[in-house]
Amino acid sequence: MSDQLVAPPPENCPGTQSEMSGKSSACAGCPNQQICATAPKGPDPDLVEIEERMKTVKHKILVLSGKGGVGKSTFSSQLSFALSMDENVEVGLLDIDICGPSIPKIMGLEGENIHISGQGWDPVYVQDNLAVMSVGFLLDKEEDAVIWRGPKKNGIIKQFLKDVYWNELDYLVIDTPPGTSDEHLSIVQYLKTSNLSGAVIVTSPQDVALIDVRKEINFCKKVGVPIIGVVENMSGFVCPKCNKESQIFIPTTGGAEKMSQDMNVPFLGRIPIDPLIARSCDEGKSYLITHPNSEATKQYNLIFNKIKETVK
Amino acid sequence: MDKIKHKLLVLSGKGGVGKSTVSSQLALYLSHIGYRVGLLDVDLCGPSIPKMLGLESKDVHKSTKGWVPVYTDESQKLGVISIQFLLGDKDTPVIWRGPKKNSMIKQFIDDVNWGEIDFLIIDTPPGTSDEHISVTEELLKHNPDGAILVTTPQAVSISDVKKEISFCNTMKLPIIGIVENMSGYVCPHCSECTNIFSSEGGKLLAEQCNIKFLGKLPIDPNLSICSERGINYFTEYPNSSTLAALKSFVDNFSLKPNTTN
Repeated sequence: MSDQLVAPPPENCPGTQSEMSGKSSACAGCPNQQICATAPKGPDPDLVEIEERMKTVKHKILVLSGKGGVGKSTFSSQLSFALSMDENVEVGLLDIDICGPSIPKIMGLEGENIHISGQGWDPVYVQDNLAVMSVGFLLDKEEDAVIWRGPKKNGIIKQFLKDVYWNELDYLVIDTPPGTSDEHLSIVQYLKTSNLSGAVIVTSPQDVALIDVRKEINFCKKVGVPIIGVVENMSGFVCPKCNKESQIFIPTTGGAEKMSQDMNVPFLGRIPIDPLIARSCDEGKSYLITHPNSEATKQYNLIFNKIKETVK
Repeated sequence: MDKIKHKLLVLSGKGGVGKSTVSSQLALYLSHIGYRVGLLDVDLCGPSIPKMLGLESKDVHKSTKGWVPVYTDESQKLGVISIQFLLGDKDTPVIWRGPKKNSMIKQFIDDVNWGEIDFLIIDTPPGTSDEHISVTEELLKHNPDGAILVTTPQAVSISDVKKEISFCNTMKLPIIGIVENMSGYVCPHCSECTNIFSSEGGKLLAEQCNIKFLGKLPIDPNLSICSERGINYFTEYPNSSTLAALKSFVDNFSLKPNTTN
């Protein structure tokens, strides 16, 4: 519906699907008024198509965080790499961070493009059982900015769900941008009838991040997304020279574990800071494979096992 | 708006690189050296400024001239506006789609009574979407100085900043320069400096894109502690490298002519 609008919705737009569409006072003078007023109301016909497409995907896991830069994309990518280490498990990774897609780079797929086949959009494959989709694959140049307001972002997310041919998947990991706005509302709304397994919430230990993460947990509760658990990322730094640990992002209020208790959601574990994780991401390699014996890899695997247990 | 001499927008495509830290430290520093400063937080879904300045529990009041900013102390040198001041319960998520966010931002730009101030610093959420388009469109009506881009040195973050540069170019918003945040971490046990997020990226990017490099801010755990506790970092640590970095960073500004001293 929103792709048919002839202009961006006005400030007090009642929403294109509501009973008030085309009729509220904000609609007066809006170039879309006629379209909204006459468009059929009721369930979105695209939702039926999304439901059909998602039938072949067993587990759908959202990776969320209210705060930016806490490691959602790093976590999503390592989770996908880890799940696909079993060659009998089919994994998809969907990046719905439309304005700041980092997944192509982290997965070593920069410069790749998607192809359109009879069955829909083909995702880009890292290996036979690991497929990736991101708006990054649709851009001509890496530095192109996607300067889109909400409705256009929602349109592309819908297309990703409806038109991407994932084939049979055991897991679809969905990486999100920070916040509680268009992308988040849309993905939840579009997957409403497709049995979303739940959300993993990533945070860093300091209170400035936890404030936003509490909002994100309340968002999940409000829109009815089950919470698989909370992961504390960037938890402690081990100096490569003296091997002693210190806290860069100081958990002044007890960190994510205390917050999880307070908010009554499962706590999945902590991942320490290791400069090699950032390097693996920059190089597009799996940190878990390149550094199988590190402390961070150990913690990642413990967390991933808990997630697999929860969604099973 | 037109009583404000300089208007600066702090941007970054990537989240968590320190936009709010840079914004609040810059605001504190400018007010510390005698300017009157306003700090506007347009991150509606994840406002961090109130926490960073120890103003979490404050509320905004409305007067006949518009909203009155929350001041950090009695000197009223630094006034702050954030959506956090409008929320009853601080854990309430702001679950708004674009149009609602846009009208809130328009109100923030039009209806806040900042008074006569030297600088207005605007902190933004990550990305290049509704908040950015709206705040830039509104600001361009009032002759802004331009944008400060914040990045961390690693490549993933740098590619997002490149997008932010094309955003500024597309919107015709001037770029003041790039700040590299979280450049290195000094181990408190052995003083070894490790480049956690690799190094030099911001500087290289600035050279590549022909943009002014404003400087580097190191990772300083004391800074975030002061931020969280709402303590004035400059009076607490007058000899810190962060203070020196902020000073050279402000010295590097080239602003529109209109300065008071």
